[in-house]
Parts: sequence; C-alpha cells; structure tokens
Amino acid sequence: MVEEGEGARGVPLSGHVGFDSMPDQLVNKSVNHGFCFNILCVGETGLGKSTLMDTLFNTKFEGEPTQHNQPGVQLKSNTYELQESNVRLKLTVVNTVGFGDQINKEDSYKSIVEFIDTQFEAYLQEELKIKRTLHSYHDTRIHACLYFIAPTGHSLKSLDLVTMKKLDSKVNIIPIIAKSDAISKSELTKFKIKITSELVSNGVQIYQFPTDDETVAEINSTMNGHLPFAVVGSTEEVKIGNKMVRARQYPWGTVQVENENHCDFVKLREMLIRVNMEDLREQTHTRHYELYRRCKLEEMGFKDTDPDSKPFSLQETYEAKRNEFMGELQKKEEEMRQMFVQRVKEKEAELKEAEKELHEKFDRLKKLHQDEKKKLEDKKKSLDDELNGFKQKKTAAELLQAQTQQAGSSATLKKDKERKK
Amino acid sequence: MLTGCISLFASSELGYVGIDAILEQMRRKAMKQGFEFNIMVVGQSGLGKSTLMNTLFKSKVSRRSVKTTEEERIPKTIEIKSISHDIEEKGVRMKLTVIDTPGFGDQINNENCWQPIMKFINAQYEQYLQEEINIDRKKKIPDSRVHCCIYFIPPTGHCLRPIDIEFMRHLSKVVNIVPVIAKADTLTLEERDFFKQKIGEDLRANEIDIYPQKEFDEDAEDRMINEKIREMIPFAVVGSDQEYQVNGKRLLGRKTRWGTVEVENTTHCEFAYLRDLLIRTHMQNIKDITSSIHYEMYRVRRLNENNMHPNGQPTIHANGVPEHEVLSNEM
Repeated sequence: MVEEGEGARGVPLSGHVGFDSMPDQLVNKSVNHGFCFNILCVGETGLGKSTLMDTLFNTKFEGEPTQHNQPGVQLKSNTYELQESNVRLKLTVVNTVGFGDQINKEDSYKSIVEFIDTQFEAYLQEELKIKRTLHSYHDTRIHACLYFIAPTGHSLKSLDLVTMKKLDSKVNIIPIIAKSDAISKSELTKFKIKITSELVSNGVQIYQFPTDDETVAEINSTMNGHLPFAVVGSTEEVKIGNKMVRARQYPWGTVQVENENHCDFVKLREMLIRVNMEDLREQTHTRHYELYRRCKLEEMGFKDTDPDSKPFSLQETYEAKRNEFMGELQKKEEEMRQMFVQRVKEKEAELKEAEKELHEKFDRLKKLHQDEKKKLEDKKKSLDDELNGFKQKKTAAELLQAQTQQAGSSATLKKDKERKK
Repeated sequence: MLTGCISLFASSELGYVGIDAILEQMRRKAMKQGFEFNIMVVGQSGLGKSTLMNTLFKSKVSRRSVKTTEEERIPKTIEIKSISHDIEEKGVRMKLTVIDTPGFGDQINNENCWQPIMKFINAQYEQYLQEEINIDRKKKIPDSRVHCCIYFIPPTGHCLRPIDIEFMRHLSKVVNIVPVIAKADTLTLEERDFFKQKIGEDLRANEIDIYPQKEFDEDAEDRMINEKIREMIPFAVVGSDQEYQVNGKRLLGRKTRWGTVEVENTTHCEFAYLRDLLIRTHMQNIKDITSSIHYEMYRVRRLNENNMHPNGQPTIHANGVPEHEVLSNEM
C-alpha cells in the first residue's frame, strides 16, 4: 500500500543542515565533466565571421579565408578545447561556407537547417538507444546562432529574412550587424530600428535574453533593447595611450573593439558568454530539441495515448524502432553484399583483362621467338647452302685441278715418251 | 572531430574571455530551480528511524511527526509511506521526500519482506521512464526515484541477521544502500569495532555492494575519498531531536543518568559522518548514481523484456517479481 503526502509542506529548520552546499556539489561535478558550447555563424562570405570568433574567444582559430566561388552552402565545423581557470570548454564553431555567393539562393537555407536537424537527430538517437551513455555524450546541438547582417544601412535582405524565419524555431538566433564600422552612428540607430521592425513584422522569433531571474533581469532587458548588436572584430593590437588594445586603424581614426562607444562587441561578449551561456544551452535542450523530438516522433507515427494503454505504446515504440533498425541493418548488409559482388566482378574483369594481356604478350613473344628462330634457320640454311656451294665449288675446283694435273702429267708423260722414241 | 587544444590566458585584463562565468550561471539556475532528494528508511520498528530523519534534517520531517493523531500500531503488512517537505537553507530550496516503510521485519514470517520495497522502487523508475518516453513531455520530469535507502541494523553486536543480508543483497542491485548501526549508544567502542568488522565480512561474503560502490569511483581522487568512507561503513549513529546544556552549549543529545550522548560529537557516535556523506558532500553523487546507473539499468531491462518473450510467457525479473505484477503496477 502506498500513501503519498498531499503535496509538500514547508518545514522550518532548527539548525544548519548543510544542503546549501548542493549548488557547489553540482558545479563541481560539471567542472569535472567539462562543458560544451556550439556556435553557428551564418552570414555571407567576407562579413568577418572568423575574425569575430577569434576576437570573442581571444585566440586564433584555424582557417583560411574562404573563396567566393562555392557551388552551394556547406557547413564546416571545428572543435576546440579552451580552458580558463578551472573551466574546460569544448567549443565548436560552425561556419557557413559560401552562404550568399550563389546566383540562385533559393536553397541556401536548406543545408543549414539540415545540419541543425542532424545534430538533433544524433542526440535523439542516443536518447532512444537501449544502452545509452547520455552523461558522457558529446553534445553537438547548436546552442547559439549568430546571424551576420551585412552593414548596408538600409534594411534586411530577403535572403536574411527567409533564412532567419526558417531557423527561428530550431535554434537561438542572435542577429548582429557585421563590420559595423562602415556605418555612422545616426545611420546605425535607424538601421537597428528598421531591422527590428522587419523582424517583428515577419514574425521572426529571435533569442530574448531571459528576464525571469532578478539577478540578471535588469541587464538582460536593457541588452534586449540593443539588439541587433553592431560589432567590429579585430585581432590586431594598436597602442592607445599607454595600453595595447584590439582595434582597426584607419587614416581618420582608430575603431577600438572593446570601447562601448565605438561598437557593441563588449555587449555581445557579455550576453553570449558571461551572462547567458547556460541559458542558451538550456533553451536549446528544453525548447528547440523538444520541438524537434516531438515532431520527429509524431512523424514516425507515434502519439501519446491514455495512461491505460501506456505499456503498449512503450512496447510499440521500441518494437518499431527495433524493426526500423533491423530493416536498416538488412539494407546495409544488402548494400555491402552488392558492393562486394560488384567489387569482385570488377576485380575478376581486371584479372581477366590482365590474363588476356599476358596471353597476348606470351603469344607475341612466342611469335617473335618463332620469327627469330625462322630467321636464324633461314640464315643457317642459307649459310649451309653457301657452305655446300662452297664445298661443291671446292670439290669441283679440286677435281678440275686434279684433272688438269693429270692432264698435265699425262701430257708430260706423253712428251717424255716421244722424246724417248 | 577535435581540431585543436588551445589554452586561454587566465583572467588577465587583455586575455579574459569570461568562460568561467558559466559556473556562476549554473549556480544561479540551480538555486532558482531548487533540488529534489528522496530518501527511504528501512528497518524494524523501534530502531529510531524517524528520530534519525528528524536529526539529519533538523526538522520534523518524519511520518510520526506529521501524523500524530494516528495510533501507534505495527501494521499487519509492510506499508510504504512517503511524505514531502519543502526546506530552505541560505537561499537553496529543496524538496525532501522521506519514504518510510513501517511493518518491515515486524511480522512473524518475514519472508520476501523486501519485495514490496523493491516493487515501490521499480514503480518510481517506471513512472520516470513513462514520462521520459512521452511525445509531449514536461520541461523538468518530476523525480520521485529513491536516491538513497538507509538500512537500520539493530545493535546486536554480533553479525548481520539473515533478514539484513536478504534485504541488502536484493536491494543493493537497484538502489544506493547506506547501512547504519541504529541506537549505537548501547555499544562500547570495542563492541562497535568488532560489530563493524563482522558486518564488513558478511557484506563481502554475500557480495553486497553498498554505497559508495567501488566500481563507480571515477578517478584516483574519488577512490581515495571513498575508500575512507567504505572503511567506516556502517556508521554507528544515535539520533535525537532534544537539546541539552553541555559545557555551556546547547547540543543535540540523549541524556542518561550516566552522561549525555552528544549526537554531533564524533567521539560519541558517527552521526556527523553520516550527515556529511548524505548531505554535505555526496548528495549530488548519490543522485547521479541513481539516475545514470540504477535507472539506466532498469530502463535497459524494461526495454529488453519486450523483445525477449513474444510468446506471452511471464518472465521472472532479476528482481524476483513476475512480469504481470510489474505491468499491473503501472496502471
């Protein structure tokens, strides 16, 4: 028999118990495991995405500036291990390569959406596994999407609107105005207002810094009003006064990256890293991932039934997953078998070719040999003939010589006989 | 795919990025959400379970304190009663649930007394699993899984009784068990050491894995700390919610004619060690072991069982409870 207390009652403590150490215990565990943070940078080539990442994390990430002739939008992801005091962060930076470079940009957003979905799918697969290791799983889901807006000063491009609309239910979007040192202060204010109103009128949901926790509510709500952040990135240092600061030097002046009067870089860093990193991760997991999961499972034909038939839905779910898995396994096996058969055929054909070649070669060589032999035989024959001829001539000559000698000798004999008479 | 390992400058003016601010962000979020902890107490009646709970959490959290109108009676069967409390300390809020098991070990025939408790623990895992596999699921799944089970050993001074071994052998496979020697003020220090030694031998002989389990030590540092704890287990505890004046201070204790047993004095009893283990140092770890090991094992078993017997034959689980009983428990 099980009895439940009716809800929880508040009970006062008469002394120090010690569970106030729980947040510390939790934090220590996380420090031991390390953290994961994945940023996706979406924007046209040449908007300073890589430079901004370098500036944000104060380090030089790898990479060459990309060319402008990519045939489609590709996503390149790089993972780095950063450490600051006792915090280890596995940072993954994903760049959209070739975004906005094509003549026909209708499908540009597709590869980005596909990439984000693939990361969700990987997590979902791990979660649905029977034997799973969620606590040591390397989370590749995108936690923040920095959308780089070109500093035209007028309004958003239609590519931007379309892309952001497709992404806003899948990822936390933080729009930023890139290379904002190209815009004057007054133009910037107008630009920001235009962008914000366009986003609102098109129903694009960008990430709002959370205001439910009193500790950070004030700063977050102020910052919400400064979106989109106008940033400038630079890894070069310039001497201002007696300090070295990161800046971009022009003949008419120097734009200091960390000067809040010059650009919103400090605001971006504050919001993205120092105040809301954990919230970004949580929103990704509890909102975007859950939405993906719900849609995916519903798509696969599952739905929550009443509590009575719950056991069956569980069985069904896993039965179906298992069948799917077996089916895929079979398909893969079939594919491998076919590939193997194909390879064997190819190899056989190759070998046959080689064999044929060898035969031909052999035949050629044989023929060559026979020809040589015949030639030699002919030559031998001709030499023999010559020899025979020579012999004949020799015997003929000898005979002739003998005859002439005999004739000569008989003539001499005759002469001697006549003399004697 | 790891592309590189880069170390940032530590907190210098120019180089400071602010990644370590995530610790503070996490702390903030944890404080806002609050924590949950579910603790079960098992042992014969009269061993001071309720008092110990009250002493541990310095408030009236036990069943006895809540329902004072009920007559004290020993139930005919084992009952499982769970009561939740909201407690708060220095801004940290906790939902503490104390699960009592009156009637355990009190019958004449105590065969299979561990079964209802095992069933209850599995039912909590089942409830969590059901919520987890929902299509539309809650943002934060309510956690009613039993994180820790305190088993009370009567201070006989000899060795473990068959019921103790039976219970711990079965339950250590599904939940974190922390055995304690109850009412330890009836044992002298020598008797206590001897008793602990015998208990340790019995546990090892029966391959009973109590918390902290050796196989879950994460690294050398962990192992070192946990070895010290394993050497001391079971803790010999004394509980009290009465304060007395001792040497000018007001302390929790038990007053007898020959002296006052100070509960929080480590030379008198090991209550402080138990409290430190359960609350101040290992509470998060206890919850982690429950969720990432015990619960996962239950989940694997549960998911595999649907594939193992398609012909409808009832399976007997490793926990000894026939399948049809487990299913009916879910409804």
